[in-house]
Amino acid sequence: MPEFIDDFLFTYQTLVYSLGINGLLALSMYVVLALGQLSLGQAAFMGMGAYVSALLTVKIGAPFLLVLLAAMLVPALAALIVGAPTLRLSGVYLALATIGLGEVQRIFFLNSELTGGALGLSGIPMKGGLVSIYGSLGLALVAFIFVARSKIGRAMEAMREDELAAGALGVDLPAYKLAALVVSAMLAGLAGALNAHVTSFISPEDYGFHAAVSILSYALLGGIGSPFAPVLGAFILTLLPEVLRSLADFRGVVNGAIIVLVVIFMPRGLMTWRMGRIGASTRRPS
Amino acid sequence: MLAQQLVNGLVVGSIYALFALGFTLMFGVLGVINLTYGFYLSIGAFLALFATQHGVSIWLALPFAALACGAIAVVVDGLLLTPLRRAKAPELASLMVTLGATLLLYSLANAALSTDIRRFPPSVIDGSAIDLLGVRVTLTQCLIVGSAGALVAALLWLMNGSRLGMGLRALAERPDTAALMGVNAGALVRLVSMISGGLAGACGVLIGLNYNAIQPYMGEVMMLKGFAVIILGGLGDIRGALVAGLIIGLLETLTAGYVASSVKDAVGFALLVLTLWIRPSGLFGRIAVKRA
Repeated sequence: MPEFIDDFLFTYQTLVYSLGINGLLALSMYVVLALGQLSLGQAAFMGMGAYVSALLTVKIGAPFLLVLLAAMLVPALAALIVGAPTLRLSGVYLALATIGLGEVQRIFFLNSELTGGALGLSGIPMKGGLVSIYGSLGLALVAFIFVARSKIGRAMEAMREDELAAGALGVDLPAYKLAALVVSAMLAGLAGALNAHVTSFISPEDYGFHAAVSILSYALLGGIGSPFAPVLGAFILTLLPEVLRSLADFRGVVNGAIIVLVVIFMPRGLMTWRMGRIGASTRRPS
Repeated sequence: MLAQQLVNGLVVGSIYALFALGFTLMFGVLGVINLTYGFYLSIGAFLALFATQHGVSIWLALPFAALACGAIAVVVDGLLLTPLRRAKAPELASLMVTLGATLLLYSLANAALSTDIRRFPPSVIDGSAIDLLGVRVTLTQCLIVGSAGALVAALLWLMNGSRLGMGLRALAERPDTAALMGVNAGALVRLVSMISGGLAGACGVLIGLNYNAIQPYMGEVMMLKGFAVIILGGLGDIRGALVAGLIIGLLETLTAGYVASSVKDAVGFALLVLTLWIRPSGLFGRIAVKRA
């Protein structure tokens, strides 16, 4: 690697890592939002992945790939338990149940000896890095682009615009919703595991309400027209406090205000470009 | 021992019921899950704290805090939710707006008030316990149980026995048609926000008195119980809020007493998920659950 890249990475390593991880988190939010659902459990799934992976690495010394796999499977299971009953109902039920999941998990992490209580877990080996983080982000992006251009993507968009109509046209609504939630939980779990293995320290408060709302703000700011949009949102909101140092202490205020303003004034987000479909002309009749 | 546990559970349950009342009323009439609701509880407790620190009697501070929180709720609703209602935005949009507002408001409150736990001046209310057949009860606890019962009765009468309630129910059913029938929708929306915010504020004062620990995030902790209560009771149902609040409060207290206090906080969530699996419309699910 040329020297200047090395220097750059040395100085901005944490920032470069968090850009990729937040990008992944934004994508995990995108999968759910893209079909008109709202999960507020992304931070909880992320925390689940972080703790599972950290425990496996530290206590058992399992190989990294296996650890990442486990960090995706455990949140997926949680998503099934919470999602299966709620996704048949109107959207607010999923939102409420997933906020509840996050809170209960936080209390569990705080009180359990296994997870180190309020002190969290430290000394997690730095097994993650540029390759694993940006590799995951790249793979996820490519996968979502293919999905968005396929029949599945069309079904998702139809559900977002009008659920009843989509259902009447034969879209299996509960199956799509559950699949989306499970995929989103897996991505968030992966992001959590990668984060734990580059920061070497995790604590229960990292995965609370603030984190959940921040992840939502990434996707809302970017928009959900294409998989690139939420990643763009995540990059902007991760860079913003770095560029404007004085904002760093008011991250909660900024993220909260962005959600409020975007939902009221810019419901489609910053990047409104919609991806064309395979076999469809790119120009849409207006 | 058991009698004392049951009484404690009754008190905790009444707190949950009181808290969930305004939350469920907002959902029942306005059709939105307003996540800023917990914030009014925190602010209510702080307003009463500041008032009593300046020598105001708690009996004056309590209604003052309730009114102020009601007014804040009206302003928040007018600024954030009315535009969305006018634009006929999807229901999740309003949930997201209140979510963003919640983060914003808490972050501001945190910066302004700090997370230190504060306490009421000791002379604020008579803290001595009365001995009732071997069970210790404080004045605050009586006040909590009494006001929970009275407020549920009052709200039920308002909704089902008054002309105003007919308007509210019409608004809940179908806002456009209600407006055509001469219901002043804007005024009723503000009224519901006022009542709900006031209930949250009053509940914050009572919780502050009962536990004597006030900090900005106390409302957020309560929200988790609030979700469990309104889902177990049935979204938007006033009787449901009371019954579910009592059930969760009693179960939590018994769990803490006979199992372990560390699992106490999981009780509400376990009931929430169980309700969604078995009977998603809740105990009193009058409002049909919208199935996709």
